[in-house]
Amino acid sequence: MSTATQPAPGEPRPGVVPVSARPSEVDATWKPFWKAAREDRLVMQRCAACGAFRFPPSPFCPACRSQDAEWAELPGTGSVYTFTVVRHPLHPGLVAVCPYVTALVDLDGTQGAGARMLGNLVGCDPDDVAVGTRVRVVFDHVTDETPVARFAPV
Amino acid sequence: MTLRDRAAVVGVGATPYYRRGASYPRTPLEMACTATLDALEDAGLTLSDLDGFSLYAHGGGLDPATLAYTLGVPDVRFATMLTSGGGGSAGALGLAAAAIDAGLATTVVTVMSIQQRQRRLGRSFDPHARAGAPPAGAPAPVPAPVTPGAALRANSGLLAPGHLFSLVARRHMHLYGTTREQFAEVCMSTRDNAVRRPDTALQTTPLTLDDYFAVRMVSDPLCLYDYTLESDGAVAVVTVAADRARDLRRPPVYISASTHGGDGRWSYGTQAPDHEYASAGGRTVARHLYEMAGIAPSDVDVALLYDHFSPMVILQLEDFGFCPVGEGGPFVGDGNIRWKTGTIPVNTHGGHLSEAYIIGMTHVREAVEQLRGTAVNQVDGAEVALVTGGPEALPVSAAVLHR
Repeated sequence: MSTATQPAPGEPRPGVVPVSARPSEVDATWKPFWKAAREDRLVMQRCAACGAFRFPPSPFCPACRSQDAEWAELPGTGSVYTFTVVRHPLHPGLVAVCPYVTALVDLDGTQGAGARMLGNLVGCDPDDVAVGTRVRVVFDHVTDETPVARFAPV
Repeated sequence: MTLRDRAAVVGVGATPYYRRGASYPRTPLEMACTATLDALEDAGLTLSDLDGFSLYAHGGGLDPATLAYTLGVPDVRFATMLTSGGGGSAGALGLAAAAIDAGLATTVVTVMSIQQRQRRLGRSFDPHARAGAPPAGAPAPVPAPVTPGAALRANSGLLAPGHLFSLVARRHMHLYGTTREQFAEVCMSTRDNAVRRPDTALQTTPLTLDDYFAVRMVSDPLCLYDYTLESDGAVAVVTVAADRARDLRRPPVYISASTHGGDGRWSYGTQAPDHEYASAGGRTVARHLYEMAGIAPSDVDVALLYDHFSPMVILQLEDFGFCPVGEGGPFVGDGNIRWKTGTIPVNTHGGHLSEAYIIGMTHVREAVEQLRGTAVNQVDGAEVALVTGGPEALPVSAAVLHR
């Protein structure tokens, strides 16, 4: 996948948030998401009864309480719903990374309802980002099991 | 049948407020116990009267068992804790009042103690901060796995609560045209109040608009002054039944209402419907609150709003009905929250932004002082105070107090 977003280990790169968190694998609800991510596909849980999308994946549809779910393939594009430019490093390991952009993205194909996703927006000048900026998801294969979703401008 | 006026706050106790880590070598436990004893003393009560604990925000790491053991409370009859974080401060008063009204306890303390020497709340989304600093020379520990949602949040770069609320602030600016000048007005008004409270406030230098725009940006659109102070200290309040309160040392401060909760779909994280995303998540709590208290926003004389981040003051002014949704920015910009000259003075103690951050309890303390008529920045004739707990995960909470 996009090597542009893969910092070499121990080498912080401007704008690219180092991966600090490992997701627990105990939560099987996420399995289809990780499986697709390993294949560079973005899928999202959708209620099989009423069609409402939900993210993060969960065992009940909060709209209709159905437990029946399916996984919809999304195009992986979307629009920035809101964002922040983190300019002050929270700890020394982020000095060479800041400024970086974190965006909350309205994903295409979800009717804009209940399916926004957070991600580090890379490959852009932070000053060029605005609400509405078009982006696409880019999976950063930092581990074999649970790739990290970032975004890049379309 | 509601809780209205069934109980009253009768005692307040507090340690000095310290900058982050500066309370060492005091401990959070010692500070919590000292504040509790001071609050009992303030009320004219003793430890043998104390029989209940109503805490929130994980007790700041303490629980009733530890407090009761340390103080030697002989007969604990009620021990509870409101779930989630700083959203619970004002709601814990309601649990205390409910317990007293139900006969489960007679004298309930609500206390928060915080020391940020080892752990900064400002890094609370950062798995490495949770793992703690390694010993000198040792490699950093690999943090334990977190939930997939928490991992996604941290790896997106949201490592601090302030990063998260920057997203909310940005969306409010986008939807309604809210400006940084309006955030600045919250900061300057709050600082102005703190300047007159040098005995407690950690920030007592006046703040100008030039200062605001010159300071470093932390997580755009939030600059350093938009962020809460990081501090240490403890504050406790004691609640008893209203009829008993009238016989105690201090004038009673009645709990007109206290509510907590919120719309489950608000999900401070990311997924709220658009019209609710750029809010403080307090609209349902506000509706129930005013109904219980039997008042309208226009009846409130002073508002103590949980100000971990300056834009959240603006969003709470909207949620709690002081202005229409979307008009909080201009409302603040027009000077409405200023002490003496505004229509609804806000955070007359200096708030989290300029006095100290004790996870909402300084706001409760200020409400009591305003209604006793002993506040430093006293609102003339204040009879009704609104206190809110911090917008984050549910529950958020609020209380109406009156004299």
